[in-house]
Parts: sequence; structure tokens; C-alpha cells
Amino acid sequence: MNRKVEIVRKILDSNDRLAAENQKRLDALKILGLNIMASPGAGKTSFLLKTIENLPESIRLGVIEGDTAPVTIDADKIVAKGIPAVQINTGGECHLDAVMTEMALDQLPLDELDLVIIENVGNLICPAAFALGTHKNILIASIPEGDDKPYKYINIYRGIDVLIINKIDLLPYLEFRMDYFKQGVAALNPGLVCFELSSKTGVGFEAWMVWLKSEVAKTKAS
Amino acid sequence: MHELAVTEDILHIAIEEGQAQQATRVSDIYMTIGRLSSIVDDSVQFFWDHISKDTLCEGAILHFNRPPAIFKCNKCGQEFEILDDLLPCPACKSFDLEILSGNEMQVEYIEINTEEKDEPES
Repeated sequence: MNRKVEIVRKILDSNDRLAAENQKRLDALKILGLNIMASPGAGKTSFLLKTIENLPESIRLGVIEGDTAPVTIDADKIVAKGIPAVQINTGGECHLDAVMTEMALDQLPLDELDLVIIENVGNLICPAAFALGTHKNILIASIPEGDDKPYKYINIYRGIDVLIINKIDLLPYLEFRMDYFKQGVAALNPGLVCFELSSKTGVGFEAWMVWLKSEVAKTKAS
Repeated sequence: MHELAVTEDILHIAIEEGQAQQATRVSDIYMTIGRLSSIVDDSVQFFWDHISKDTLCEGAILHFNRPPAIFKCNKCGQEFEILDDLLPCPACKSFDLEILSGNEMQVEYIEINTEEKDEPES
């Protein structure tokens, strides 16, 4: 006998459910979780290193580094700063998912942390489809990528809570229409929290650090 | 591209639902995947042919419904389709937009074969 079975089930819902579990785990320990996404070369690792430099000792950070290959270049830089870091090798996969995040969380000393930052795989398409269980999704855009990216990568710009515009020290040397860029961002994500900064010079970091410290404090007080 | 993960989830859903119905085979899977999702049908089909082997879903035909990305202008009410890049409202050029469709990503229904039990002979 042949028959039709109505289902209506969301694809990747199992990932979303596991992500919610990850978030509950962080909530229980009052840890703020951040998922940092960006294209390759936007400056995720240097942004993270500069953030670590500016982080007060009272905020204990753990880092999860996502990479498509078993290279520990990024994780090594974090560990060299005295920060616990876990490397996830996705084995060529273009994104991190909630399962990989759960396994990485298992390897961090969560009882001793206030903040977990996850550096996602460099990619503007795939990471947008996979929730990890972090409280905030952050995108780093950088000036050399060009001002048209919000218009081309609609999903990632829609799904974020914070936008970092990195490498603003290069603005004098490149054709980057900030108004045009921000118009695209505003169309997709009105009222998005946005920080313009340079991980190289440190300009603009103060506002970002104020936001970060306040979010960690909010999580502690929750 | 993340089509492999998406295809694995489609397979997982179809097997779970098929088993729940005591299916002997899942013959067809109907999905709605909006145009905004960056999913390529051919890639899903490619992965499907490999990962569905030796499962309840082997040989099942995938049917894709691909709703277009339709945006609505909040200024003048115009509705229009976005094919690739984000564009302003064609009528009034505003970027104050909302998305009406194109985000869908779900399995709608499956078709299954079941073995009808023979009536016990009296």
C-alpha cells in the first residue's frame, strides 16, 4: 500500500534543539557565549587577541577555535595569551554546529569561566544556518571586503546581534562607501548594534569593550 | 556549502517518520526550501544518492518546492522578488523592507509503502 504522510518538520531543527541545550548549560553557569562569524581574512583572530589584551582580569575567558583543517595556528595564539582554548577541526566542513560546540564545551574548564567566545569557520554563508547555543551572534565585516557585502550575503546580516566593522584604519586607502554599506545593513537588520574599530591600531575598541563588559555583567546578574 | 548537513537532516527526518508509520520504503520526499536559504538542489540530490543507500529511503525521489524571495516595501507597500543581491524597492527606492517568503526550510510530507497485513483466514 502506498500512502502520504504529512510531516511539516523544520530541517536542521535537531541542531537548533541541541543549541538550546548548549545555551541552557551556559546559562546555568552564568557564562556569556559569543559566536564570532566572518569571511576568511576579516580579522577574527586579531580581533580576539586585541579583545583579550583589553579584557580585565575579572572576566575569565575561554575560547573555541573552529578551523576546517587540523592547524592550531589560531588556537596557539590564544593559548600563548594564557587563555584556555579548544581547537575544533571540522574536517573540511564549512561551519561549526551545535554538536561540535557541545564537544568543545566539554573540554573547557567552564566552572572557572565568565565568557566563552567561539571563532566560527571563515565563511559568510554556512555558519548563518547553524545555531551554536551562544547568546549573541557577532559578525566581523572588514573594510577590504568591500561595501556591498550586506547586499550579497543577506542571511548572515539578518541573523546577527552585533556587527563589528574592522580595519577602519584602511578607510583612507580603499573605496568603501560607509553610508552605502550601512544602508544595506539597516535594510536587513534595523537597529543593529555596530562598532567601528581597528584591531591593529586599537581605535574604537573602547566602545566594544564597554558593551562586552556590560553584557558579561548582565549575564552574571541574571 | 552546507548541503551535506541539510541532506543528512532530511534523511534523518524521513527515516524517523517512515519508521513511525511502519513503512517498508519511503518513495518520495516533498520539501519546501526557500530561495534565501543558499541551498542548491543538485548538491542535495548528489549527497542524497550516496547517504540514502541501504536505508529505508534508498531510491526515494526528492521533490523541491522553491518559494521565491519576496520582499515587501514598508514605505509604499510594493511587493517584489529578489533574485540574487538585495535591491531597493523598485517603486520608491526605499530600503525599509520586510521579507515575506524565501526563508522556508522544511520537509512537508513523505510518501511511503506499507505492507498490508493479510486478514487471518477463518
